[in-house]
Amino acid sequence: MILDLSSSRDLLLALLPELVLTGWSLVLLLVVAWRHRTVGDLRLTGWVTLAALGSTAAAVWWLWWHTARAAPGPVPVMVAVDDFRFVTDWLFLGAAALTVLLSFDYLEREELLVPEYHVLIVFATLGMMLMGGGEDLMVIFLGLELLSVAVYVLAGINRQSASGAEAAFKYFLLGAFASGFLLYGIALVYGATGTTGLRAIGAQIGAGGGAMLAIGLALLLIGFGFKIAAVPFHTWAPDVYDGSPTPVTAYMASGVKAAAFAALFRVLGEAFPAVAAWHQIVWWLAVATMVVGNLIALAQRTVKRMLAYSSVAHAGYLLVAVAAGPEPGSAAFLFYLVAYTLMTLGAFALLAAKGRHGERDVLIDDLAGLATRHPWLAFALAVCMLSLLGFPGTAGFIGKWYILAAATSAGQGVLATVLVLTSVISAGYYLPVIMAMYMKPEPFAEAHVGMRLGRLGYAVVMVSVAGLLFFGVRPNRLLDLAHTGGVGVQPAPGVPPAAPAVTAAHARTAR
Amino acid sequence: MYARWVLTALLAWPAVAAAAILIAPPRWAKHLGFAASLIEFAISVPLWWTFVPSGGMQFVCDAPWIQVPLFETGAPWSIRYSVGVDGISLFMVLLTTLLVPLSVLGSYSYITTRERAYYALLLVLTSGMIGVFVALDLFLFYVMWEVMLIPMYFIIGVWGGENRLYAAIKFFIYTMFGSLLMLVAILVLVYLVGQRTGVFSFDYFHLMRNLGGLGPLAFWLFAAFFLAFAIKVPMFPFHTWLPDAHVEAPTAGSVILAGILLKMGTYGFLRFAMPFFPAVALAPPVATGVVVLSLVGILYGGLVAMVQPDFKKLIAYSSVAHLGFVMLGIWALTLQSVQGALLVMINHGISTGALFFLVGMIYERRHSRLIAAYGGIARVVPLFAAILTFVSLSSIGLPGTNGFVGEFLVLVGAFRTHPVAAGIAATGVIVAAAYLLWALQRVIFNPLDKPENEKLLDLTPRELAVLLPLVACIVWIGVYPKPILDRMEPAARQFIESVRPPGPTATALAP
Repeated sequence: MILDLSSSRDLLLALLPELVLTGWSLVLLLVVAWRHRTVGDLRLTGWVTLAALGSTAAAVWWLWWHTARAAPGPVPVMVAVDDFRFVTDWLFLGAAALTVLLSFDYLEREELLVPEYHVLIVFATLGMMLMGGGEDLMVIFLGLELLSVAVYVLAGINRQSASGAEAAFKYFLLGAFASGFLLYGIALVYGATGTTGLRAIGAQIGAGGGAMLAIGLALLLIGFGFKIAAVPFHTWAPDVYDGSPTPVTAYMASGVKAAAFAALFRVLGEAFPAVAAWHQIVWWLAVATMVVGNLIALAQRTVKRMLAYSSVAHAGYLLVAVAAGPEPGSAAFLFYLVAYTLMTLGAFALLAAKGRHGERDVLIDDLAGLATRHPWLAFALAVCMLSLLGFPGTAGFIGKWYILAAATSAGQGVLATVLVLTSVISAGYYLPVIMAMYMKPEPFAEAHVGMRLGRLGYAVVMVSVAGLLFFGVRPNRLLDLAHTGGVGVQPAPGVPPAAPAVTAAHARTAR
Repeated sequence: MYARWVLTALLAWPAVAAAAILIAPPRWAKHLGFAASLIEFAISVPLWWTFVPSGGMQFVCDAPWIQVPLFETGAPWSIRYSVGVDGISLFMVLLTTLLVPLSVLGSYSYITTRERAYYALLLVLTSGMIGVFVALDLFLFYVMWEVMLIPMYFIIGVWGGENRLYAAIKFFIYTMFGSLLMLVAILVLVYLVGQRTGVFSFDYFHLMRNLGGLGPLAFWLFAAFFLAFAIKVPMFPFHTWLPDAHVEAPTAGSVILAGILLKMGTYGFLRFAMPFFPAVALAPPVATGVVVLSLVGILYGGLVAMVQPDFKKLIAYSSVAHLGFVMLGIWALTLQSVQGALLVMINHGISTGALFFLVGMIYERRHSRLIAAYGGIARVVPLFAAILTFVSLSSIGLPGTNGFVGEFLVLVGAFRTHPVAAGIAATGVIVAAAYLLWALQRVIFNPLDKPENEKLLDLTPRELAVLLPLVACIVWIGVYPKPILDRMEPAARQFIESVRPPGPTATALAP
């Protein structure tokens, strides 16, 4: 189905998922305005949110099924109509839905009677979808702001918690800072090229660009670096992840990061394929993020902080996919994100079940003996840990393998080696969790009495564990989907693909 | 029918049985485990007769598994489920299926907690081990190689001795470190071969046919494979995980570690590292280095074994020495030495396995592994003493036992190409005699001076049932090894040819 974006009917069709979700968010706002007093109201908004996410996913599916594409025309496209957008949309919607499922119990248990929580999640998801589909720097920026503002509030949604307030404040300050960088970068790029459309920029630059463009690109990278928590822009991440309510942390670690990466892929792949400089920068960012993230995670005692640093480390792995270039990298990136979303959500769901008041304080050693008391929960957490470690038989392995394959085929052998070496380091903090659960005795008889996972929480855990194991053994379909999605990120026709030659030369010098 | 499905059955059956054990009542666990492993053995036994020595790779089963649509290269990367057996892996498979039921039977009284999990893990481990030996697709090989880590990690970590956590994580991280680098090497290999041929496949034979002319990169690829296998063997500087793992593991864990897991390293050299990179492996610096390290392993292992106060540790170090012989035999590259190396691999599994069983049995009675805790127990437990003496003699390599045949062949074969090394290695046999006979003297002879030892019970019928099959094998291979040698000869010949293409020197050396 070819959509002629100059006709308003086709334009509306192309924006169908976003429109559906926007409509639902307005409905939700109304619902919340009338029903915001009891636990029942909270549940109601939760279910409405799930319906919203579900119908949006169906709208995305409809476009995908008809292989909707934008007709080539004189009108500059602001939102892409391609598989990359559809696949990332599903990912964001899925992460949001799992987060909402996880939140039912959590909000009730923490006595957070805030139905606007769900509205914020919907807004944030909408922002993500704009970021994944944005074909124009302004759209991406708008999406980013919509997402960020919602998540600032979500981070501090627990008004009783000092650490929550700290997290929200920190996130807000640094997030605003990052937005500033990004916006300034956009301005400079606009100054250099006279456009904000990604493909138009790519066509403008041709084989090179001036100093203004280079500075603009650097600022863009810094802005995105903040959002994806790449070292050295990661310092906010552990505190924010640590202080936010656990479902929100899971959402930030999976969805928010995924959205920033998706936008980064589009920007680098479509607007700057001909600029060699970013390969070098991303290369170093990836190495620093993997090494630092893994090493600091090694020193953590509490599970939540360990997972926070591990999510920094995983950003490093994803940066390897970015460094491999958009062509092989984006497919690997999409697959890895699916796996990563599943394992993070599973792990955080289990953590939320373990911690009663204040899961911040759950030490790794507090999990001792969990296997004897709750064998299935321990098994689920073990699967998540092994998947995070990238162990064969789990989706985490296939994802890591795919990134490695992408890196090697892009001539980035050194980066692949760094990735596997830092993965070995990560065994040093994922394994102790398994070790505590299975190999240490319960410290005292009632150590795990309070651990309780509601029915919906169980559903989240089951979905993630089943997904991890299934895609670990039979990833074919998902690989195909990731591949077709990855093809979407391509420079405008006629732009010389300077990237592969540059990476190969770089790999040679690095070796 | 049998030829097509036997390997798949051998792979699948233990996993299915493990699942059954997990849901059956705990008190049935060990009996179910024993029955399942006996059935596994029964499935594998006909291999011995149906195997055609000159038939190359047999019992092949091949099916597509994962198709990875990859990148600009166009052609998909194909991963296949491809298994087969030749004269090298046949005996490894048979050794595995023989040792597993004995290990299960040997654990009957040793394992008293969480029996279901233990026997299930043991069976999963069996699947993994068989998988490593039969895989003909490098991806499948890698997956199996890693998958078998987890059950072993749990077996050491949950049912091990006092220092088990340390030993378990050390074992895990050492192995993972080597194997992840191997994974990168595999990917690079597939990519390079794929670029040249247009077929991106992990198939073993495809890679074998199209390798060559890799240039300086070959050295690094070989190094990655070498590291993974050398850690597993373990060769001299990489052996430090072994004493810890062996000592802390429960009896059956030690038996399987020594009997089978170590052989995966030498098997890897025989199957992958040397045939893939013959030019590197036989380059004078590398070959000399390996031979020297093997000799160091033989002598150092023996000397360190001599001073161990702990009987189990003594056997662990003796493994380092035995595996040194295997490495020497492989690198000497004559028909006798390679056959000898294969035979030492089998013998070591049998003799050292039996020794670990014996130590475990006496440990169950007296709860001490220290040599000094015993003395003169031949009078109390004559049957135990007799079998221990016999097995020790076979481990030393007394003529008439299996140990003699294997080490003799290695020495004779190595003498043709590396006379000095063979001479030095021969002294290793003397060292072996020294440490084992001295240990024997202190344990079962000498005066019976400790009152605790006066009431030890002799071997029970169950323990005899564990040991007698191994004793029978020792005698059989020692007296009439021809059926085994006949079956492995064509494969050994083919290995030599693949490493050293037939030329004037090769024909002169290999009779």
